[in-house]
Amino acid sequence: MLERLRRPWPDHRAELTLGAVSLLVGAIVIAMIVFVAIRAWPTLAHNGLSWLGPGANLETQIANMQATSVNPPASAFKLNAWPLVYGTLLTTVLAVALAVPVSVLSSVFIVELAPEGVRRIAIPVIRLLASVPSVIYGLIGILVLVPFVGNHVITAHEKASVQNVVELTGAGLAVTVVILTVMITPIMIALVCEALASVPVSWREGAVALGLNPLRAVRAVALRAIRPAIVAATVLATARALGEAIMIQMVSGGRSFAPKPVDGVIFLFEPLRTLASAIVDFHEGVSAPALRSTLYAFGLLLLFSALMLSVCGYLIKLPLRRYQTNG
Amino acid sequence: MSVLASDVRPLGASGTGPAQDGHGRRSSPWSWRWSDRFVLVVAWATGIGLCLIAAAIVVYMGVRGVEYLRPGLLFSHPQASTSQAGSGGFLDPLLGTLLLTVIGITLALPLAVGCALWITEYGRPGWLARVVESSIEIVAGTPDIVIALFGLAVFQLSLFAPLSFTAQGGGVYGRSFIIAGAMLSLIALPPLYAATRDGLQAVPTHMREAAFALGKTKIATIRRVLLPSVRSNVATGVTLGVSRIIGDTAIVLLLLGETLRIDTEGSIPGLNLLRATGSTLTTYVYSNSPAGEGAAPQKAYAAAFVLLVFVLGLNLIVTRIGRAHASTGLSGAGGGIV
Repeated sequence: MLERLRRPWPDHRAELTLGAVSLLVGAIVIAMIVFVAIRAWPTLAHNGLSWLGPGANLETQIANMQATSVNPPASAFKLNAWPLVYGTLLTTVLAVALAVPVSVLSSVFIVELAPEGVRRIAIPVIRLLASVPSVIYGLIGILVLVPFVGNHVITAHEKASVQNVVELTGAGLAVTVVILTVMITPIMIALVCEALASVPVSWREGAVALGLNPLRAVRAVALRAIRPAIVAATVLATARALGEAIMIQMVSGGRSFAPKPVDGVIFLFEPLRTLASAIVDFHEGVSAPALRSTLYAFGLLLLFSALMLSVCGYLIKLPLRRYQTNG
Repeated sequence: MSVLASDVRPLGASGTGPAQDGHGRRSSPWSWRWSDRFVLVVAWATGIGLCLIAAAIVVYMGVRGVEYLRPGLLFSHPQASTSQAGSGGFLDPLLGTLLLTVIGITLALPLAVGCALWITEYGRPGWLARVVESSIEIVAGTPDIVIALFGLAVFQLSLFAPLSFTAQGGGVYGRSFIIAGAMLSLIALPPLYAATRDGLQAVPTHMREAAFALGKTKIATIRRVLLPSVRSNVATGVTLGVSRIIGDTAIVLLLLGETLRIDTEGSIPGLNLLRATGSTLTTYVYSNSPAGEGAAPQKAYAAAFVLLVFVLGLNLIVTRIGRAHASTGLSGAGGGIV
């Protein structure tokens, strides 16, 4: 048997084998979409589009689902997931909005401005930041940042002003967004840095020869040339922020509360819950059919958003390709 | 990938570009406009700030780790207990992490290398190759929590009943080491694939042509020429995949059954371990933090420190391999995340 494997394969058989392995990945993706969609279907069928909308208290709706047995009545499926959708959008948009300028500026710093010694330290350090597991970010968040914000940043007056509505412990929007930004920035930096380093030197030389200072030359030529890379990095970072579950579950306060911007500063400290963190929160109730279907619907929405993101990223990149370097 | 070497400024090169060559003609930031100087300062501040954040995380976890980590913790089994003193160590989570890593990489490696080989060396028909490429992109963009849900849906089918234990009512539990490992192989797949593909694409065409000229078939070329020359890229990919796997919490939380110790299922050695339920360092940290049920922050800090040491070590390996084999500098950082 071993001898037979060691003999050289005919080429066509090798091609078929490798092709089959590759198709397996495609099959897995299709299976993933199908399985998640099938399990999500009951809740979507019962609720229709009002599933996405605002409505009754989400906590009680989920408690109803957990209480039902093997054959849930149609009423048990009722859910208005808006607080979760809103929480997901809010954290993702804020974190990405913070991460884009930070990562572009740091990339310019790393590739263009930093002296050799600093760069040699900065690159591995930022790469480390990208590979720290999310549970460690969550641990630092829940044991260090949340108590700090709760005890020193939120005033007693602010806590008292909303005590009938929601309890402010420090866990909430601000801490979540800050940690999420730290988590997604290194991902963007890696891609942007790589693109920035591959812009031909002669392009910048041209800009400098026309009298621009080095920083302006970077902005006028290099940053413009790497716009597709910036879009790609943003898409990747957004996908990561959308799907982050564990860290957000740990530091977001775990309440299906939609932070309201009209509350002023308190808005930043209000607890929330995202689609992904809700799956983690309720995963132990997955044996109750109504709740299971609901959790899979959350998953389906995340999957669909991730798919749409990569499609949008692709479409945005198309017209930007003009300036693409030969890399 | 036909970047001419002369076009890319090597990252390691000293002197940061033409604009600043020649010290006498360097344009001093002091002569710039206020807005430019402001941007310069902000760029420095963000760059240094990120490094400081990373340093703060490592130093803080290091201090906590040294404070709470005792050698005994690494070698004793966890106990169910309400007090931090009585809850034992984390030998089982440590072994769980190792076992999952082995299973995940074993499954992901042939899949990723096979895909990379097929796409770079064969890739016919073209549309199929694009489908496979975008499938891998989709896997890379899918949140791990969704992959976990997918795993639960698939492996609760009665078809896969042998892979986990069956409850009394006939329901398949759908949680075990082999199931969690199979799903973790999906998150290790994209970095492994990307690293291998980049390596294959960087192999010059004339090496393939030389092999063909010697009468080697395509598959023989792949085995004797291409695979040996991308060995370091595969090693980088494996390292990145391992650091993905040991850092993942969501999949393990949903698919490993969350038992404190490794509970074997059945009596066949080896197979009973694959069917076992257990926990890993990440879920141990999670369940011992205030977010989980047992609030034992000291144990959580100690386990998180061990986890961070692993991640640091893997990072070091990636950097070493990158330094030893590639001169492209940043490509390691790029491959490190995608």
